[in-house]
Amino acid sequence: MEAEFEARIVRGETIEPKDWMPERYRKQLIRMMSQHAHSEVVGMLPEGNWITRAPSLRRKISLLAKVQDEAGHGLYIYCGTETLGIRRGDVIDQLLAGTAKYSSIFNYPTLSWADMGAIGWLVDGAAIVNQTMLAKASYGPYARAMIRICKEENFHKRQGYEIMATLAAGTPAQKAMAQDALDRWWWPSLMMFGPSDKDSPNSAELLRWRVKQKGNDELRQRFINLTVPQAHAIGLTIPDAALRQDEATQDWISGPIDWEEFHQVITGNGPCNKERLAARNQAHAEGGWVRQAAAAHAEKQAARSAA
Amino acid sequence: MNDWPLWEVFTQPPGGAPHEHAGSLHAPDAEIALQNARDVYTRRGEAVSIWVVPSASITASSPEDAGPFFDPGNDKPYRHPQFYKVPRGMK
Amino acid sequence: MSGERGALCQYLLRLGDDRLVLGHRNSEWCGHGPVLEEDIAIANIALDLLGQATLFLRLAGQLEGQGRDEDALAYWRDENRFTNLQMLELPKGDFGYTILRQFLFDAWSYHHLQELARSSSADLAALAAKAHKETRYHLRHSSEWVLRLGDGTDESHGRMQAALDELWPWTGELAWQNGVDAQLRAKGIVPDLETLHAPWEAMVRDVLGRATLIVPSGPMRMTGGRLGRHTEYLGHMLAEMQIVARSHPGAKW
Repeated sequence: MEAEFEARIVRGETIEPKDWMPERYRKQLIRMMSQHAHSEVVGMLPEGNWITRAPSLRRKISLLAKVQDEAGHGLYIYCGTETLGIRRGDVIDQLLAGTAKYSSIFNYPTLSWADMGAIGWLVDGAAIVNQTMLAKASYGPYARAMIRICKEENFHKRQGYEIMATLAAGTPAQKAMAQDALDRWWWPSLMMFGPSDKDSPNSAELLRWRVKQKGNDELRQRFINLTVPQAHAIGLTIPDAALRQDEATQDWISGPIDWEEFHQVITGNGPCNKERLAARNQAHAEGGWVRQAAAAHAEKQAARSAA
Repeated sequence: MNDWPLWEVFTQPPGGAPHEHAGSLHAPDAEIALQNARDVYTRRGEAVSIWVVPSASITASSPEDAGPFFDPGNDKPYRHPQFYKVPRGMK
Repeated sequence: MSGERGALCQYLLRLGDDRLVLGHRNSEWCGHGPVLEEDIAIANIALDLLGQATLFLRLAGQLEGQGRDEDALAYWRDENRFTNLQMLELPKGDFGYTILRQFLFDAWSYHHLQELARSSSADLAALAAKAHKETRYHLRHSSEWVLRLGDGTDESHGRMQAALDELWPWTGELAWQNGVDAQLRAKGIVPDLETLHAPWEAMVRDVLGRATLIVPSGPMRMTGGRLGRHTEYLGHMLAEMQIVARSHPGAKW
């Protein structure tokens, strides 16, 4: 059965929920998909932080719509994860207990309005590079969720870049705000792609099973090449003194990434890890009575109809 | 969260095409499932009609059925118009 | 500004301020809802309200004719210039409180916008018609949740009853009118809010009754919202809402 499964993957076939799959494939997908869903939901918090302070009605509405989309993305992927035989409640319990991972980037604080621009432009920009690839993942429910997400994601990046461009062309204070945000979000965005492939334990397997199609380094380089000219176009400086363009390949070669910082952040010691988990735990705990009430009402209604 | 059953959502786009599976969601009952389906799956005007169905109500074929159920039937050309000859010029 | 034009400007400000304030309060739920599906639902309602606010405030600014657009009105007025109902500026409370407040307002808006859609002012009628469609959906959502939470568990019932005991006295302000309304009523631009009170109350008591909730008796809260006299909550809300815009006078966003 293993051999047939591997052959299906090689043929480019889509694996669906009821198909036979190696237990390890199932586990890897549950891990990857639930981490992805957690990231979307936790990702609502740093941006949600600025909805009440958005400085114009158009920006307020756009930001709220973006964060709402992220809730939707989390929902699509949680539902996709459930096709692998695990319940959403159980997966969420893992997040709340601190045993599940989510994207490191959301453990950074949002400290100014310009962070909304930086996040849309850089973080969603990085996510798009990743997600376009995942839309061709071998597991059907994941690929389908990703196709839906990719359609919605494009406005997120454009919104972010538009905010940055407006600030960079604005008052000196606004321009400084934008540069400061870029200074703080650039390196964490590069780290979003994960460690170098040679240091990434899961990469090889995920590539073989066509859950991923490209390695971390290749995706990171693609992101850098796309983004550096965008920064230059609006008059902002990438905070990397060592950044230079390779003559032959035209690649923008980044300076060294501080992987120690990444390690700290993904092991729970980043600037906001505790606060993010506390917020999710609080929402979940405070919402318990609501979820129970709705279930109780449904039961009562069923009993009444049966009577 | 584990109290709320899973529902499958089908949406029908404008223009008369059939309902298509859009995804799933959790809801305590049918009314909330319908409302949530509208909020989650039709924000960008993708639908004129929504069906929500408890996932448990769906009977699905299994991969083992694929052979007998879905064999392409290349040996059954009589189901296709090309099998039939009509005089030239007749549509 | 001519009497009628000025009155209509004021009226539009009220409609816009109600939705701006309530939309803002609802937006505070984003990322903190009891379940993802409801996070999305509340955000949808907030977006609709903020969208309506944008249109009402924009039209108000145009009528005023002093070059103020919706952002100038939203971000650069002090609290004593805001004309929203006080009930809408109260902090969001728990999910039940938010739902109940939304329901009480939705039921009012349903009737109010229905009448405004027949306004002799074409601009107002058009905005009201569009808003009414959205309000029908909001009302469906909030009333269904009032039922589920009122008639759910003992805990949810207790919380909803407490919310109703607190919110009901604020509803006295819904039908408040003054010379602004009188002037516009005379021209068929707006309805007599008094005539909306009975159908609103019938709708609301029906749902609350089915939700096994008891409508409290007792005095209504003092009014004042339409005249810029608010609770202490509005100042804090506006301080947060306006801070970035106010910190950068003249800036574009």
